[in-house]
Amino acid sequence: MNPDASQSSEISGKKKLGLIVNPVAGMGGRVGLKGTDGGDVVKEAKLLGATPEAPQRAKDALRVISRIREKIQLFTYPQEMGEEEATQCGFRPSVIGSIKSGETSSEDTRRAAAEMKNLGVDLLLFAGGDGTARDIYNAIGRDRGLTLLGIPAGVKMYSGVFALNAKSAGDAAVSFLETSTRNVVEAEIMDIDEASFRKGIVVARLYGYLRIPEGRRYMQSVKSGGIQTQKQVVQGMAADLAKNAQEDCLYIYGPGTTTRDIVAEFGLEKTLLGVDVVLGGRIIAKDVNERELTILADGKRKAKIVVTVIGQQGYIFGRGNQQVSPEIIKRVGRENIIVVASKEKLASLEGRPLLVDTGKEEVDKMLAGYVRVITGFEDYVVYKVGL
Amino acid sequence: MPRDPSTLLRKFHEAKWDEQIILEMSVPGERGILVREVEPGVRKEVGTGVAAIPPGLRRKEPPKLPEINQMRVLRHFMRLSQETMGTDLTIDISQGTCTMKYSPKVQEHIAARHPGIREIHPLQPSETMQGVLEIIYKLEEFLKEISGMDKFSFQPGGGAQAAYTAGCVVRAYHASKGDKKRTETITTMFSHPCDAAGPATAGFKVVTLMPNEDGYVDLEAFKAALSERTAAIFVTNPEDTGIYNPRIDQFVKAAHEAGALCYYDQANANGMLGIARARDAGFDLCHFNLHKTFSVPHGSMGGAVGALGVARELAKFLPIPRVEYDKQGKKYYLDYDAPDSIGKVRSFMGNTQSLVKSYSWIMQHGAQGLHETAVCSVLNNQYMLKKLSEIPGVVVRYAPGRRRLEQVRYSWEKLQKDTGVGTEDVLRRMADFGLQHYWTSHHPWVVPEPFTLEPCESYSKDDIDEYVAVFRQISKEAYENPELVKNAPHNQVVHKVINPSINEPERIAVTWRQYLKKKVRQQGIIPKPTVESRR
Ligand SMILES: Cc1ncc(COP(=O)(O)O)c(C=O)c1O
Repeated sequence: MNPDASQSSEISGKKKLGLIVNPVAGMGGRVGLKGTDGGDVVKEAKLLGATPEAPQRAKDALRVISRIREKIQLFTYPQEMGEEEATQCGFRPSVIGSIKSGETSSEDTRRAAAEMKNLGVDLLLFAGGDGTARDIYNAIGRDRGLTLLGIPAGVKMYSGVFALNAKSAGDAAVSFLETSTRNVVEAEIMDIDEASFRKGIVVARLYGYLRIPEGRRYMQSVKSGGIQTQKQVVQGMAADLAKNAQEDCLYIYGPGTTTRDIVAEFGLEKTLLGVDVVLGGRIIAKDVNERELTILADGKRKAKIVVTVIGQQGYIFGRGNQQVSPEIIKRVGRENIIVVASKEKLASLEGRPLLVDTGKEEVDKMLAGYVRVITGFEDYVVYKVGL
Repeated sequence: MPRDPSTLLRKFHEAKWDEQIILEMSVPGERGILVREVEPGVRKEVGTGVAAIPPGLRRKEPPKLPEINQMRVLRHFMRLSQETMGTDLTIDISQGTCTMKYSPKVQEHIAARHPGIREIHPLQPSETMQGVLEIIYKLEEFLKEISGMDKFSFQPGGGAQAAYTAGCVVRAYHASKGDKKRTETITTMFSHPCDAAGPATAGFKVVTLMPNEDGYVDLEAFKAALSERTAAIFVTNPEDTGIYNPRIDQFVKAAHEAGALCYYDQANANGMLGIARARDAGFDLCHFNLHKTFSVPHGSMGGAVGALGVARELAKFLPIPRVEYDKQGKKYYLDYDAPDSIGKVRSFMGNTQSLVKSYSWIMQHGAQGLHETAVCSVLNNQYMLKKLSEIPGVVVRYAPGRRRLEQVRYSWEKLQKDTGVGTEDVLRRMADFGLQHYWTSHHPWVVPEPFTLEPCESYSKDDIDEYVAVFRQISKEAYENPELVKNAPHNQVVHKVINPSINEPERIAVTWRQYLKKKVRQQGIIPKPTVESRR
């Protein structure tokens, strides 16, 4: 770490931009290895002739940013983790940390992210995929002050933190660093387990949320803009749920920002990643697992499940909310499943159906067909659930 | 001879007046007109006139209007006029779905100057305004013929208000049958948002349906949304995309079978005049925007008319008064006697001057001319679609190979992926070539990086060629020098306006009073009078 650099940037009033390049990200894709999490896979990829993708993508983004080079202070890790890319694009970065060139690992990404968090960077730009995003998330946690932005360079990119492409990442960074109003939104950090993925089994998990610059135009996740703010949309959904709320009914809320924010409108604090159960205006159980939920939703009392769309693929069951087992879904019944999602989110599926993957074909079939999605107060979209 | 846009594009530099808001220009005591004192003889007869106003309605203080002399007012508005860009100045193909067509100036002269229109009041005896009533009555006859509907109301002051009024009519209809279950309406994502908002304002819940890969809703999805709670469907066709839903009759049939009414938002009727009629497709209600299809200039809800037409069994619910003809007495009159009416949605006969303009426009064209309008606007659109599709970066989503009617929702999706230049960059660059920036899309943007164009019948091939040439140039610039486009406009007074979303009340002031309050609150400063106003 170079304390002088951070001080001088404070004095000069320059914005601080952090840059992390995961030099091995994306290598597996071209050679069909489905990701490069885990050191042996990198070796294998190299043997198969894979070449690094991330450095080139990082440079594409940096070239866009170099327009405001004089106005920012760039912090990065040595050599192929950012220094080389930045220098080649005309930056004079403040290089922090140390690595063993040619043998970088996820540990380096985590260290770099933690150090940049301590430096107080205004924006942390990284080139990589879901694995890189998850490493950064693990290193910095849910830091309110830190805003992240991904240059898409990985094999798997289920998370919502990635820009459309490298150039868009550059544009989004410039626009974020240039304006004084910091509009940010929360985006999902998702990843699938690569070991199972290589065997053909998709087990996606929702790890958490990090802030990204708001900018519909630049991001993969929020391709369609809305005229209402997310808060107003959520208030509308909450009002709709409240109007139709039934007493003595268990409300099982799935994970996600939408459900969390809806429950917050009722004055309750829901866990972001967990499944929480509400009864009579109170949260009676937080972050329940499948067994606990099975006991609570024993079929004696009426129950409703409130879920939102998780991830870019449009899953309402089976991604990030596996606690809600097929047995519970079946017991609760199709008519008691409430789907909430903004019109923007549905539009971003571009006509693809909502998906379910409960683990039981029979239950998936039961859920297929058309559902009424709550999109606001007395405002609905009838949307197809596919198999 | 028109200029050749392939060799010479128009260049435009906006006038730059750092003009204040008129309220900032006020100088206490300055006057534009000195109103004379009431003459003693008059005063003796009627007093000052103030006594006629009930005390509760009288102001305690004079209104805080700007105090300015005539010359300064004139200069102020002349300067502002130099900073505007609109239909009479540019090739206004840009406002797709708005049908920006030429409004012959002769209509303006009649509507604004003829004493039979300018100097009447709807409360004067109808015998003394037979002319204008005849115009309104006959205009209704024309629109009945054009749509196949049985009765019209001209009261709604815009398309959105027509949709709201239709919502009220739908509610009254079901109530008259004692059917209280029908609390929902259905619309589609590519219908105009007023087809959701209008009925919602009238108290309905709204179900929206998303488009399939052909750009319109699956019949299957539509049927899944229909139920015994459905009061009506509110749809546009062709939808925003310009794509006509060829199975619309099946939608109407399914809705009727479920006991729902069908409302056809015909604000996009320009490609269908004299070709297809709402009633023939089975619809029970429809509206035309006279300020689009029928040549009335767009007037910010002021000069607009959303002409609402209904089938016979719904006629009794329309607003009052209605213009009727007494065959025996051979006279036109205003009919207020309608016990089932939903009441009024605006005063009297609506925007009467606009009705005069539409009447005049229809008379200038005749039935044949209306048909030609439709054919020509569709033809123009096909030509422009072809030309624009050849430009690198332009994408047309949905239903590949199928024709659009009178407008197209295009996308710069590819340009954005290739160059980073998106639709909002391109639209800002347009002003440098003297074109009004185009309209993107309703929200949310279902089509990424959208733009919506409508080259209606008023535009010649030369106009379209010139317009397309500007797009070709901007696309070229985007691929060669994206920064040029991203930093546009280069010749305008205001560069990039940060577009706060409409729903951020903290950031928006729509009245001067709000502005003062917010400015004081946010910055602790009270705007000072400037040099000009202190003079
Ligand atoms: C299809 C359609 N319907 C309704 C409207 C609403 O009309 P108005 O703006 O007059 O309220 C419009 C206007 O853009 C429209 O294009």
